[in-house]
Amino acid sequence: MSQQVAVPESTREPILARTWRQPGGFWGWFQNVHHTAIGVRFMVTAFIFFLLGGVLAAIMRWQLATPEHGVIGPDLYNQIFTVHGSTMIFLFAVPMMFQGFGVYLVPLICGTRNIAFPRLNAFSYYVYLVGGLLLWAGLLLRTGADAGWFAYVPLSGPEFTPGKRSDFWAQMITFTEVSALGVAVSIATTILRYRAPGMTLNRMPLILWEKLVISMAVIFAMPAVMVVSYMLLMDRTINTQFFNPAVGGDVLLYQHLFWFFGHPEVYIIFLPGTAIASTVIPVFCRRHIFGYVPIVTSVVATGILGFGVWVHHMFATGLPQMSESFFTAATLMIVIPTAVQFYCWMATIWHGRLQLMLPMLWMFGFFFVFLIGGLSGVMLASVPLNWQVHDTFFVVAHFHYVLIGGALFPMFAGLYFWIPKITGRMMNTLLGKVHFWLFFAGFNITFFTMHFLGLRGMPRRVYTYGPEMHWEGLNLLASSGVLLMATGVIVFIVNFFHSKSRGRLAGPNPWGAGSLEWAVSSPPPAYNFLELPTVNGREPLWDALPNQPVVTGLRDDIPEVLVTNSLDSEPQHRDELPPASIWPFLAAIAVSVAFIWSIFSPWGVAYGAIPVAATLLGWLWPRGHSPSPRVPEEV
Amino acid sequence: MTLARLHSGLALLAQFTGEHNSLHPAGPQASGIEWLYWVVFWITFAAFVLVVAGFTRAAVRNRSSTSEMLPLVRDLEGDRRASWAVGTAVFITVLTLFAVLFMSIITGKKVEGLTSKNPVTIQITGHQWWWEAVYPNTQADQTITTANEIHVPVGKPVVILTNSADVIHSFWAPSVHGKRDLLPGYSSAFWIQIDKPGTYAGRCAEFCGLQHAHMGFSIVAEDQDTFQRWEAQQLKPAVEPNSSETVRGRQVFLTHACVMCHTIRGTDAGSRMGPDLTHVGSRRMIAAETLPNTPGALAAWIIDPQRSKPGNKMAPNLLNPGDLGALVTYLGTLQ
Repeated sequence: MSQQVAVPESTREPILARTWRQPGGFWGWFQNVHHTAIGVRFMVTAFIFFLLGGVLAAIMRWQLATPEHGVIGPDLYNQIFTVHGSTMIFLFAVPMMFQGFGVYLVPLICGTRNIAFPRLNAFSYYVYLVGGLLLWAGLLLRTGADAGWFAYVPLSGPEFTPGKRSDFWAQMITFTEVSALGVAVSIATTILRYRAPGMTLNRMPLILWEKLVISMAVIFAMPAVMVVSYMLLMDRTINTQFFNPAVGGDVLLYQHLFWFFGHPEVYIIFLPGTAIASTVIPVFCRRHIFGYVPIVTSVVATGILGFGVWVHHMFATGLPQMSESFFTAATLMIVIPTAVQFYCWMATIWHGRLQLMLPMLWMFGFFFVFLIGGLSGVMLASVPLNWQVHDTFFVVAHFHYVLIGGALFPMFAGLYFWIPKITGRMMNTLLGKVHFWLFFAGFNITFFTMHFLGLRGMPRRVYTYGPEMHWEGLNLLASSGVLLMATGVIVFIVNFFHSKSRGRLAGPNPWGAGSLEWAVSSPPPAYNFLELPTVNGREPLWDALPNQPVVTGLRDDIPEVLVTNSLDSEPQHRDELPPASIWPFLAAIAVSVAFIWSIFSPWGVAYGAIPVAATLLGWLWPRGHSPSPRVPEEV
Repeated sequence: MTLARLHSGLALLAQFTGEHNSLHPAGPQASGIEWLYWVVFWITFAAFVLVVAGFTRAAVRNRSSTSEMLPLVRDLEGDRRASWAVGTAVFITVLTLFAVLFMSIITGKKVEGLTSKNPVTIQITGHQWWWEAVYPNTQADQTITTANEIHVPVGKPVVILTNSADVIHSFWAPSVHGKRDLLPGYSSAFWIQIDKPGTYAGRCAEFCGLQHAHMGFSIVAEDQDTFQRWEAQQLKPAVEPNSSETVRGRQVFLTHACVMCHTIRGTDAGSRMGPDLTHVGSRRMIAAETLPNTPGALAAWIIDPQRSKPGNKMAPNLLNPGDLGALVTYLGTLQ
């Protein structure tokens, strides 16, 4: 494979930089299609939505701090908890954990120069942004969605929620799921076809395995929620009667479709957390991960089993015992792959040489918090226990332990780990520790308390409660933890901006990590890799031969990437990627207009399709030169 | 006057002792679930301790405090031992999960396995935001209709039939049983039994709109004789007014908006939009357990129901003080 480099490096670098350069300036911003830029946008936008969702959470805890508290009334409270849940799930957790980390990291870890379908990827970002703004515009105009993040019918239907509140919610779903699907296709294709030569399936870094499984889960799960939110929209705008029991519609059908998406969604949020764990732990234990094959098997099993457990959200609807028991068994079964991963991580730490640096500290937070969430999940899997604790603060405690434990703690681990790659500068360790301990303590004070509230009978989604229920002490305690969490997040933000300008320079590989993103400078250049790498093991940098060959034969003057086959990543042909373009942005605007118009009038679909078609024509217009023939090339 | 009475009523409310706790069971259903809860709790607690101990031990074992980049470890012998340890741990996990599954199914069967030849049957219908309770009978005049306060005999199996008039609600009295959703378009049935006399609080557990928080009910479990006396009393039509004040009160009721939504059997008021008020004076609370049934709270409620329960479906009634007093007195006599 090894070939002599045809052109000296010094002359190649400016050619590559020119080829892959993304336009600058104001208009350039809208034309950028490089995955590092789009990935950072996903992360920053999702983080802003996280802060906004956190503000809503703080308002709710303020309202619930004392009985009969009059901070906000029921109408605003219902909008706030709906927008909080929808923001955290659809606008923060998935876009951050799947799209943000995935789009930024996957091409780098694959060892290629851009993501597959870069324009689709840019389009996905704009669509996501508009969807988020739509939901929040509704809230700020005091017509926010108010039927819960699950929007159960008939409460969210035309009879009980007149106006446009539920439509904002349902259409936000369409926006974010189109975005997630576009990114899922890009990421799956990148992983399957753009991997560096030598990165065969059985050497693929675990994070790529998990991103692949998540992409597949997105592709199978998201259509269910898009279908159900569209059925709701049609019930509301063109008088279909899918969910109207008076004329034979079915309210449980909504729940089945929603949770058929909703439970895989939990794994779409949690698996990126395990991906970060399986990436970070080996680096700070200075060894390869223990149990690569069991972990891959577990991840794939989780992705599949995740589709077989949705009914455990519906145990209280009175389904037959036999079918409920089946879903109890399926739910308990999904504990096994997660337990396997936990044991493998423990073994990695046990037989490694632990260095408790910031990302690893957050990993231990993840172990502790997610463990509690997983164990209370075992309780919820049991049908009789579920009858008692379902829809109470016990469940609120449970899923915050699972989601904050399974996504937010790994997210902070990942941010402390990869921000040096993104900004080129190290984060401050002391501030990072302060952030961790504040957040960890505040989180447990707030959410552990909620288990007791649930057992003492406090239902979810109540805007107030009477003093006769004797819930005030625990509620006040739960609310007080918010202050610590909020302070922790502020410390993080201060740390970020401080480090971004004045942090220690990171260099290409500050942690001595083994995956390919650490082979390039921090931040990565526009073309990612000067020399496309080849791979000799599961941790490419650790397992590299002393004279590890590089890929040659790609043209430097057009944006080409190497396409390899899915199983063995044997080089197959070269593929030319499209350059920067304004069309994805214009197409996203046209699609947004059509989507939002269709809330107000069904004609929005018909007339709105015209600009969509026009922008797609512009997007697909031939580029003037024919791409170079896609023939296998000696590499 | 109303404010002072409202405060005294709220003080009364604070002493409200309806049990509302999953872990203070009052009957076989809740105690079966409580038993399962504690078994699973101790299993998960043990798992928690073991895993945390494992991670702690792993962390302190080879911890290196240097921030220098250390060389990579290769420990084939350690990996071989780890394979055994991980395999054993997975095996134990699987066995434990089977145990949980088994106990869960057994408990489920036990909790649902109540039968009785001639049980008390109660049809519960959820409304935004109150509970209609009907004790059906083949003879129409033997059917009891009441709201929010459900009476059951102690120690006897009771069948609850569920339905909803509008959106999804969930019927939940934690000391009695787990929750059951009330779905429009579906009816379902489940058994409860209460073994200790007393009052047990319940709430709506499925988000149902603006006043989901104020959708309470109570279950009063009493001995057979008291229950039968209560039944007999509830079957009677409303008490005839016996003073000029109560006659005036009934007149106010029948000539104002009240009749648009409420029933008082024995009068011309027969609408079923809101709770049946034939025996409203016998109930301890009003507005789905939001306020105590005191004259002051009742008067405040009638004047401005949107104040304590904003968004509920009852309109304000601008009555003059004389009319209001008479109406409250009349409603108070409807025992």
